[in-house]
Amino acid sequence: MILGIDVGGTHTDAVLIEGFKIRKKAKIPTDAAHLLNSLLQVATEILAGEDPGKLQRVVLSTTLSTNAIVQDKVERVGMVVAGGPGLSPELLPRIPHTFHVAGYVNHRGEIIAEIDREEIAAVGEKLRREGIGRLGIVGKFSTRNPAQEEQAAAILSKDFGHASLGHRMSGRLNFRRRIETAYLNSAVWDIHQRFVTDVLQFVRGQGIEAPIYILKADGGTFDLAGSADYPVQTILSGPAASIMGILGMTKYDDDAVALDIGGTTTDIAVFADGAPLLENLGVTIEGHKTLIRGLRTRSIGLGGDSAVRYEEGQLRVGPQREGPAAALGGPLPTVTDAMIVLKRTALGDENLAAAALAPLAERMGRSVADTAEIIFAEACGKIAGAVRSFVEEINNEPVYTIHEMLEGKVIAPKILHVMGGPALAMADPLGEMLACRPVIPPHSEVANAVGAALARTTAEVSILADTERRRLTIGEEGTQMEIPSRYTMAQAIAVGEEKLREKALAMGARKEDLEIEVVESQEFNMVRDMYMAGKNIRVKVQIKPGLISGFARGQSL
Amino acid sequence: MASKDNKRRRTGLIFFPAFDWAISPSHPEREERLLYTQDQVFEEGLLDFDNIHEFKPGLATTADIDRIHICVPEARSVVTESHLISAGGAITAAQKVLSGEVDNAFALVRPPGHHAMRIVHGARGFCNVNIEAIMVEYIRKHYGPKRIAIVDTDCHHGDGTQDIYWHDPDTLCISIHQDGRTLYPGSGFPEEFGGPNALGMTINIPLPPRTSDEGFLYVLEEAIMPILAEYKPDLVINSAGQDNHYTDPITNMRFSAQGYARLNEILAPDIAVLEGGYSIEKALPYVNLGIILAMAGLDYSSVREPDYHAEALRQNDQITRHIETTVGQVMQLWKKRREIKKTLVGDARYVKRNKRVYYDTDGISEQQEETVRICDDCGGLVMIDSFADTGRRIFAVIVPGQSCPVCRQEGEAFFDRMEKGRYRHIYFQDRDRDIYIAK
Repeated sequence: MILGIDVGGTHTDAVLIEGFKIRKKAKIPTDAAHLLNSLLQVATEILAGEDPGKLQRVVLSTTLSTNAIVQDKVERVGMVVAGGPGLSPELLPRIPHTFHVAGYVNHRGEIIAEIDREEIAAVGEKLRREGIGRLGIVGKFSTRNPAQEEQAAAILSKDFGHASLGHRMSGRLNFRRRIETAYLNSAVWDIHQRFVTDVLQFVRGQGIEAPIYILKADGGTFDLAGSADYPVQTILSGPAASIMGILGMTKYDDDAVALDIGGTTTDIAVFADGAPLLENLGVTIEGHKTLIRGLRTRSIGLGGDSAVRYEEGQLRVGPQREGPAAALGGPLPTVTDAMIVLKRTALGDENLAAAALAPLAERMGRSVADTAEIIFAEACGKIAGAVRSFVEEINNEPVYTIHEMLEGKVIAPKILHVMGGPALAMADPLGEMLACRPVIPPHSEVANAVGAALARTTAEVSILADTERRRLTIGEEGTQMEIPSRYTMAQAIAVGEEKLREKALAMGARKEDLEIEVVESQEFNMVRDMYMAGKNIRVKVQIKPGLISGFARGQSL
Repeated sequence: MASKDNKRRRTGLIFFPAFDWAISPSHPEREERLLYTQDQVFEEGLLDFDNIHEFKPGLATTADIDRIHICVPEARSVVTESHLISAGGAITAAQKVLSGEVDNAFALVRPPGHHAMRIVHGARGFCNVNIEAIMVEYIRKHYGPKRIAIVDTDCHHGDGTQDIYWHDPDTLCISIHQDGRTLYPGSGFPEEFGGPNALGMTINIPLPPRTSDEGFLYVLEEAIMPILAEYKPDLVINSAGQDNHYTDPITNMRFSAQGYARLNEILAPDIAVLEGGYSIEKALPYVNLGIILAMAGLDYSSVREPDYHAEALRQNDQITRHIETTVGQVMQLWKKRREIKKTLVGDARYVKRNKRVYYDTDGISEQQEETVRICDDCGGLVMIDSFADTGRRIFAVIVPGQSCPVCRQEGEAFFDRMEKGRYRHIYFQDRDRDIYIAK
């Protein structure tokens, strides 16, 4: 038996899955001020009369850290940043309490300038006096050599309980994002820590012995207790939950698009050969560009409640929402009102909807029915247009080899998954516009909880083997090891797979879910003074987002 | 030189490192060349700036090549996919600038092109086709006739670009480079000043070995900028080699990343296209960072190589005086460019020049006789008899862009009359009408 819970912005959903069938669903409004209460309440409700001993796993998805960031209810963080030459500090993210210190690692991972221990100790002293208790320590190219971040952390460790080290956030290169990510990780560290403690206490109190997981932005899970040091990975897990839910409820391995059409916005996600696409570098939250692995989504300002206006001879649909549909007592005509008039939905009062559209119809010189048709077509057209441009953008992404340039995968969606209130009304016309087969997944009202429940543990490991320096570095693990000068790509991949396996198991993965994929493998001859000096081997391996094994895709839940 | 925000420009970046292409495994033009540049550009997070936009390169076509080159026997046989992408990247840069999507653009692509001349029997100086020239003619074909200045800042003389535009009064080619007596390809002296119909449209400014930032910026401010101010081009293109750097393994100059950034800030090119530069680890990451920041109007004052030492790189007084003399000589020629034609050409109706071209990369020698019609109304009809030691002898009739009716009629008539005889192929190229015929 699996329990999945998603604490969303408006609703908190829970599902209980047994033998890969949904046995129970629950849905309550979220108490925004007390997310934990909502979580505990829905859990209590769905577990009533159940034997907690039968639970095999519990997976949570929560907007806790997302909300903390959006509402700026975060801790102050002292940032110790060693950038060396390059971008001017003026062009780095402007985070209060940032100290630029000496220290400089180059692109090969060589230390060019040492850190100044006294300078760092002085920064620590200053932060302590200002009462700042959280730290972020970030160096340029620290994923190529983590030594300076570690040295700084050692100097400061006695005064600060926790520090987020840049290289631990991601193996990818991007100093500015590394700074943002380490900052956010420390900023939400306390709030997440409290949440983990409270949840574990409740769970144990209920007699649940099963492993507890939390969902990450990339649609993968990790062990709740182990998540404590990397809370930032849990931001934006809501959209990830819904995409994983679609994955759980449908059976297609084709290129596909998923739409979650809400009241105000529509979220778009893209699947390549059945797997959801990830952001190239990381997700963006409240203007913070991060290195957090996350599912690639696009949100547009159009939903069922989008207000409809007729101004300067032009019909405007969205992006504002001024309230619910007029048929449900809202102030302005909306897309939903048009759907009601067209009898595409049974919601609300048809007379109110028609009355709301009447003034528009008059100004447009059309009948109310025609006006509704135009509004509905416009709304669908906007969504279809956004889908097309999103897919086009993905297909036009720069590539760096001739092979990818000429043979690279081109995404051509064949399936259109549609969820949300207007799904039933819009799925067919959208499918026609996009030349896709429309599919409305079952149980979509609890898609997020289903997604959380069935998501497997994901992880990534980045390897750089530099045989000239005889050094292998695993960026995000902070590991460096000696290698022989005749090291090969196959050996690098083997080490990557081994480390990834260890890492995923430590994060709570089950052995049967370790589906490892090599996502990058490049090898360069390094030539110095006309002689072959070594090889520069780059490998990235991952366990991509997917469902736990034992669960056949699209098996009816 | 801190740039303020109000100087920000929208900059397009076409980055194509061709990680799977090399001339040979240990050749300077190999897979590794832009690897560390990519690392630096990614690590500095340049692509996250709102005013820096990365674009995927398009693919150039053989028609794009045939607009400017005569490839023997045909375009497809002298290029690989990578040349089509590299030229396509330059074209993409031009499209983004000319459509107004960005203010300027940098095609950080390889392989390079500035040693490729009009006739192509093979590769020379790591170049097969001239990616700037292909781009320039693409611009003229799709965006109308333009006066274009190409400023070649590669350490090697841009002899290919010079050859292609030798007779073109609408293309100003300025090349600054290490003195040809000390470096490949051995040409590029101030006396090489343009063909009889385009005198002054080729400017060469050779610099002595060990010239540093000071010398480059002196030439820029005292020669290049005044000449550009007078010529008033519609577009300025930087043929941006990075091998003047003090760490470059195959040259002897002392230019720095700061110098490169400053040069691009002052020159303010509409389009920059990467050419050479083979200090792939110690120079390119920092030079490219500096150029991109300068083009985008972002503060580049903190860009510095790990081993940079201003004092050690300073040029001596003798070099400074030498450069001042060269600049004086170049400016004299530039001012007298219109008067020179009479004495140089006299009453001749046609002028011939003979030259030998060596394709060092492919080991081919070519003997060429080029004839140009003296014309006051256009660049003049050009006819080339070319014989390579591959055994291929060809003849080409080239009607220039913006051609006058007489040059066109003579060219068409000549091509019609011409019998193949001892020639493997006879080619006809008409830029205005975008016609390319081989018989």
